[in-house]
Amino acid sequence: MKFIQGNVACAEAAVAAGVRFFAGYPITPSSEIAEVLSRKLPRVGGKFLQMEDEIAGIGAILGASLAGKKVLTATSGPGFSLKQELLGFAALCEIPCVIVNVQRGGPSTGLPTSPAQSDVMQARWGTHGDHPIIVLSPSSVKETYDLTVRAVNLSESLRTPVILLTDEIVGHMYERIEFPKKGALKLTERPKPEKDPNKKYLPFDTDSPADIPRIANFGEGFRFHVTGLVHDLDGFPVNVPDKNEALLFRLHEKINARRKDICMVDRHRLEDASVVLCSYGATSRSCDQVVKEARAKGVKVGSIGLKTVWPFPDFVFDELGKNVETVIVCEMNMGQIVREVERAAKGRFKIEGVNSVRGTMLTPMEIFEKVKKC
Amino acid sequence: MNILKLLKIRKKSKELASTYVFSRLEVTLSGSGGQGMILAGKILAEAAAIFDGKEAVMTQSYGPEARGGASKAEIIISDGKIDYPKSMRVNVLLVMTQEAMDKYGKLLDPNGLLVVDETFVKDIPSNIKNVFKSPFSKMAMKILDATIVANVIALGAVVALTKAVSRESLIKSVLRRVPKKVVVLDRMAVDAGYKIVDDSGFKWSCNENT
Repeated sequence: MKFIQGNVACAEAAVAAGVRFFAGYPITPSSEIAEVLSRKLPRVGGKFLQMEDEIAGIGAILGASLAGKKVLTATSGPGFSLKQELLGFAALCEIPCVIVNVQRGGPSTGLPTSPAQSDVMQARWGTHGDHPIIVLSPSSVKETYDLTVRAVNLSESLRTPVILLTDEIVGHMYERIEFPKKGALKLTERPKPEKDPNKKYLPFDTDSPADIPRIANFGEGFRFHVTGLVHDLDGFPVNVPDKNEALLFRLHEKINARRKDICMVDRHRLEDASVVLCSYGATSRSCDQVVKEARAKGVKVGSIGLKTVWPFPDFVFDELGKNVETVIVCEMNMGQIVREVERAAKGRFKIEGVNSVRGTMLTPMEIFEKVKKC
Repeated sequence: MNILKLLKIRKKSKELASTYVFSRLEVTLSGSGGQGMILAGKILAEAAAIFDGKEAVMTQSYGPEARGGASKAEIIISDGKIDYPKSMRVNVLLVMTQEAMDKYGKLLDPNGLLVVDETFVKDIPSNIKNVFKSPFSKMAMKILDATIVANVIALGAVVALTKAVSRESLIKSVLRRVPKKVVVLDRMAVDAGYKIVDDSGFKWSCNENT
């Protein structure tokens, strides 16, 4: 039994999930992840590198990942901005990696020690081009551990960058946690190619659009090319409309085909709710408190906590019953996910937002005020 | 430091074995960055979560300064699951500096208890009913010849006043969290905090007040 903060849980989970390479640049409020990994990784045969900046940090982990290591880097808003270019490279070249963003107030240097959830859209669209992305958002220390393991697993099995989007509250919050026993964790590995001397090795070839390409690790005897240009099945640049389209379709299909499995959602007291609170990360805790207090007063409130923010779980809103009149989206930003909820709701419910950009958590009181007005 | 004096402090103290009876106790420890409020918060929350078997969460607020600036640790202790991890109505507020007093004083519940380090806090709002004052930082210097344990003395006093956790759990938690070279000092600091409260005869019951 341990009493630790979210950031430490993230670092512990990374090691347990098989991460053996970290490169990054410390930044509040994420620094403890680097601090703990700098001590732990060398002891398990891993490597820790403090780089000259955040760009070099993600560059180094992508190199290590191509060489076969499970990798992770951690940062906050300002550093996350710097990582965007190579995040796109990882998405196109299908390089498994986990990027942790412990969100703080922005824009720019913003509020270094205060929480925010204002990078949700950046996590989705921060890098240019149509790219798929998986973004997970924990609301407790235990969930930080679980979702870090899940992030590493998803990035490996789907060969895609995965973003763990936490915030200063969850990152610095101390809670009790029991680590899973050694061997109890289910870990997944990236698919490996088989050597066939009669066939040319095509690293980006798949049997179906939803399949994961069997890209070899560097140094394992396969010769191939990795480029940020749109590429052919052999990895070399190509510009043929059909092939361009096929690559982009396949990148999206590998996530879309598994949407239901990737999307993790906490549903709470929805059975008879007329008002549903939708949130993610630390804000889910405020919403849970509201549900508890409102129910005690006989107000029919339920909640949806998005552990997976991207791909957006539209189906959750399709499944809401006729009793639901209003969905209130609670977030520590000016209103980002509320637009997704509006889209997914297809006009079936009234959508409201409760927002905070003051650098403190949304209080149950202010959410409850909104509930009362519904 | 005078060891004999310390041993004298360690000896007595009759306290009730029971801890608080409260569904949700909110304690805020505040002071200046570097005074050890966040460490004290970890010690208290860990005492509750690990050694008392209760639910406990600690969150922190601090400024971007490397040292200085108002800093606070918010601890929630509960018998049931804790959803909202921040304070809603602070039952117990420790203030170690005037800045923290001015900034966080208004968070205290009208029936709550204010614990003040008189060394640095001179101006206490007159509307606060329940106030326990003691010069923790001066005492740290006087009794243990080390200002660095002022936080643990104050924490000892807070626990003695509130029974937020059991004394045994607090001591176990202190021993687990503080750096090895100051373990003995901090262990004594806990007793000093208890003694200050014992000697004062001050009584406060969170149960009567809510």
